[in-house]
Amino acid sequence: MMNLTLLVWRQKNANDKGRFEKYEAKNINHEMSFLEMLDVVNEELIKEGKEPIAFDHDCREGICGMCSQVINGVPHGPLEKTTVCQLHMRHFKDGDVIYIEPWRAKAFPIIKDLIVDRSALDRIIQAGGYISVHTGGVPDANAILIPKEDADAAMDAAECIGCGACVAACPNGSAMLFTAAKVMHLAKLPQGKIEAFRRVCLMTEAMQKEGFGACSNHYECQAACPKGIKVSFISGLNREFIKAQLRSK
Amino acid sequence: MILNGKCPEGPLHEKWDIRRHELKLVSPANRRKFKIIVVGTGLAGASAAATLGELGYNVEAFCYQDSARRAHSIAAQGGINAAKNYPNDGDSIYHLFYDTIKGGDFRAREANVYRLAMISNNIIDQCVAQGVPFARDYAGYLDNRSFGGAQVSRTFYARGQTGQQLLLGAYSALSRQVKAGTVKLFPRTEMLDLVVIDGEAKGIIVRDLVTGEIRAHCADAVCLCTGGYSNVFYLSTNAMGCNVTATFRAYKKGAYFANPCFTQIHPTCIPVSGDYQSKLTLMSESLRNDGRVWVPKKAGDKRPPQEIPEDERDYFLERKYPSYGNLAPRDISSRAAKEVCDEGRGVGPGGRGVYLDFADAIRRLGENTIRQRYGNLFEMYERITGEDAYKQPMRIYPAPHYTMGGLWVDYNLQSNIEGLFVLGEANFSDHGANRLGASALMQGLADGYFIIPYTIADYLAKTKADKASINHPEFKKSLDAVSSNIKRLLSIKGKRTVNEFHRELGKIMWDNVGMARSEASLKKALAEIPLLREDFWKNVRVTGTDLELNQELEKAGRVADFLEFAELMAWDALHRNESCGGHFRVEFQMPDGEAKRNDEDFCYVAAWQYKGEGVMPELHKEPLVFESIKLAVRSYK
Repeated sequence: MMNLTLLVWRQKNANDKGRFEKYEAKNINHEMSFLEMLDVVNEELIKEGKEPIAFDHDCREGICGMCSQVINGVPHGPLEKTTVCQLHMRHFKDGDVIYIEPWRAKAFPIIKDLIVDRSALDRIIQAGGYISVHTGGVPDANAILIPKEDADAAMDAAECIGCGACVAACPNGSAMLFTAAKVMHLAKLPQGKIEAFRRVCLMTEAMQKEGFGACSNHYECQAACPKGIKVSFISGLNREFIKAQLRSK
Repeated sequence: MILNGKCPEGPLHEKWDIRRHELKLVSPANRRKFKIIVVGTGLAGASAAATLGELGYNVEAFCYQDSARRAHSIAAQGGINAAKNYPNDGDSIYHLFYDTIKGGDFRAREANVYRLAMISNNIIDQCVAQGVPFARDYAGYLDNRSFGGAQVSRTFYARGQTGQQLLLGAYSALSRQVKAGTVKLFPRTEMLDLVVIDGEAKGIIVRDLVTGEIRAHCADAVCLCTGGYSNVFYLSTNAMGCNVTATFRAYKKGAYFANPCFTQIHPTCIPVSGDYQSKLTLMSESLRNDGRVWVPKKAGDKRPPQEIPEDERDYFLERKYPSYGNLAPRDISSRAAKEVCDEGRGVGPGGRGVYLDFADAIRRLGENTIRQRYGNLFEMYERITGEDAYKQPMRIYPAPHYTMGGLWVDYNLQSNIEGLFVLGEANFSDHGANRLGASALMQGLADGYFIIPYTIADYLAKTKADKASINHPEFKKSLDAVSSNIKRLLSIKGKRTVNEFHRELGKIMWDNVGMARSEASLKKALAEIPLLREDFWKNVRVTGTDLELNQELEKAGRVADFLEFAELMAWDALHRNESCGGHFRVEFQMPDGEAKRNDEDFCYVAAWQYKGEGVMPELHKEPLVFESIKLAVRSYK
């Protein structure tokens, strides 16, 4: 059992200025997840008639990408390749002081407390993050042969859960890692090659329009990514983009 | 009333073709005149919304998450079945059909299951075309693995994240339609009522979860793709937000709820570690390909697993079910695990756990191969438990995972309310009393990509576009009812939190309507649930206001529905005097403890009609007719 001091970002809505508020988390079990620790704090707040801390979460098994908290300055907290929901209290010590903040980026306006609006990421996908195939009328699955290395590389990129930690970690608020992951997932596959040039241009343009910053090689995104998506995909994205630009000239 | 599933006449393998020939079409020019509401954006919802959008209908798609990509289908790990027979190991459409219907303990509709098996192959083709990166071999061909209840390898997979990759495929198709302007997305929006006008579903009432605004949306047809109700147990493998509200509100508006007592308890989940526990995490069934399940032979054996010699271990699944071994179906494996724990042979804190041991596989194949196959699952296990499963066996225990029951639908996936279609886990149709692994993804996508586009056209062709308007008095009535329910929840200002009620309900359900049920336990639950519900409406504390983002209010509405729904589940379980699949009544078992089905009296779908809060609903039966197969004792020995 341990006792912790939490400094949590509270903000009533998008127009509120927001501030840190201090809470004591008492009798926290080491086996709890970080979000279960917040559940305990929230239950206490409700009993005192106070508003609980609002935070996004859903699957609590590290795959839906909903949870999004900056813990002591690090998106998703101190553990490598781990979402907040999979972070457990055994990685903290009795008496620790923990700062909890929302994702902070120009393109992610705060909705309430720790909840931000990440719909900009959806709009990047809507711009071209797909293969334009209709349902039905496709060839047999084994008619498209894909070298194992390419399928594996595509899967490495496709593992992105769209949580936005890369954006929150980047000093420029850039969504390059997110965009690169989707572009490279599809660019690695023969089915995706046909629209590759169009796709990379449309998605990059959408990314800029949403107000995400540019990449200046800090690599903070890779360090924060709960799925271990590599910055080498950003080089791939740049390569795809240049190829597309040259072709259009 | 005797319900009719309206299956087509004719030989089993021609039924779907015959039906497709009978169904009316809507011409491309007329499609844009129709509006269709799709609630939920998991595999069923996203694939349906995308495909209907491609066809030219106007689609409005709703989800409570902040993005359509986060629906809980994303958490499915192991894979998706298809009868491709790529490994040439004797599989066929008929085999997949038979395994699925046998796996469901002969409580599903023959024609539906056969159609599902047929369509399974199209799904794999479609997903590959979308760019789903399924696992491949060195020649570039697709790879397969085995799952429970099958003796062939027919499961396609993308590492341990198959659900994620399939959902991202469907989400990308959906995103393409958003850009094309055929689909309008409403994330962070929750459906709170169904609007029925003159017996037809014509719209829904929703709450914008950011602003709190209550809004009406009208349409020519409504598709509910809102998943299952495992969270009635509080602790389950479902996401925290998964709920029964959409289907339950439809039930209150007259849609029949079928087989609500058919729930699946998944055998391989990480055991509960304490009272604060908020959810349970599944370890993919695929682990049972290489992991061996065992407990000590002696009750109360507290030695660490490495110190228990081979001859003092009981590999109980291999012992009881030699032909399927560790890949016995989920309901059977779960019950076997419960049985050995009840005997005092369980392991880990509280004695509610069994070992899933990879030591043999690691010796045989090397740690690297195991790491390649299951690396992410081992990592997840270590993150949660702090234990290294390469060095010591995993501890697992059964947990609520999937619900076979759901809104009643006919062969066209239409409920008894005209214009209301129900897809995926939200309906009851294909898995009978137990679902086999890797079949949920198959059903969600079959319903959304390949069935609803045909069947909804038939309904629309018979109706007139734009008949509905949100000015209709039924919309006003629903809006008022939803608003006053919210006001009521906020006005109670009691002493207990929503979570406390949910946890207490979960305990009642797990103890009495869980893995083993008896007349006495069900009656106990039926006595306790109304008392808890009464206390909830007197004593719950919902903080905040209605016109803002308010997570307590969201939860309170969902728990209120669970508190009513739980009773329906118990009634259904009490009426079904037999054991079948996931529904195990202790009074009805074979001498060896296996489920004892009663085909004479219970070979039917139980569809319940709402008659008021706390009032016993009316039972309608759809007899299950088996034309092509013989009912058999379900044996995996």
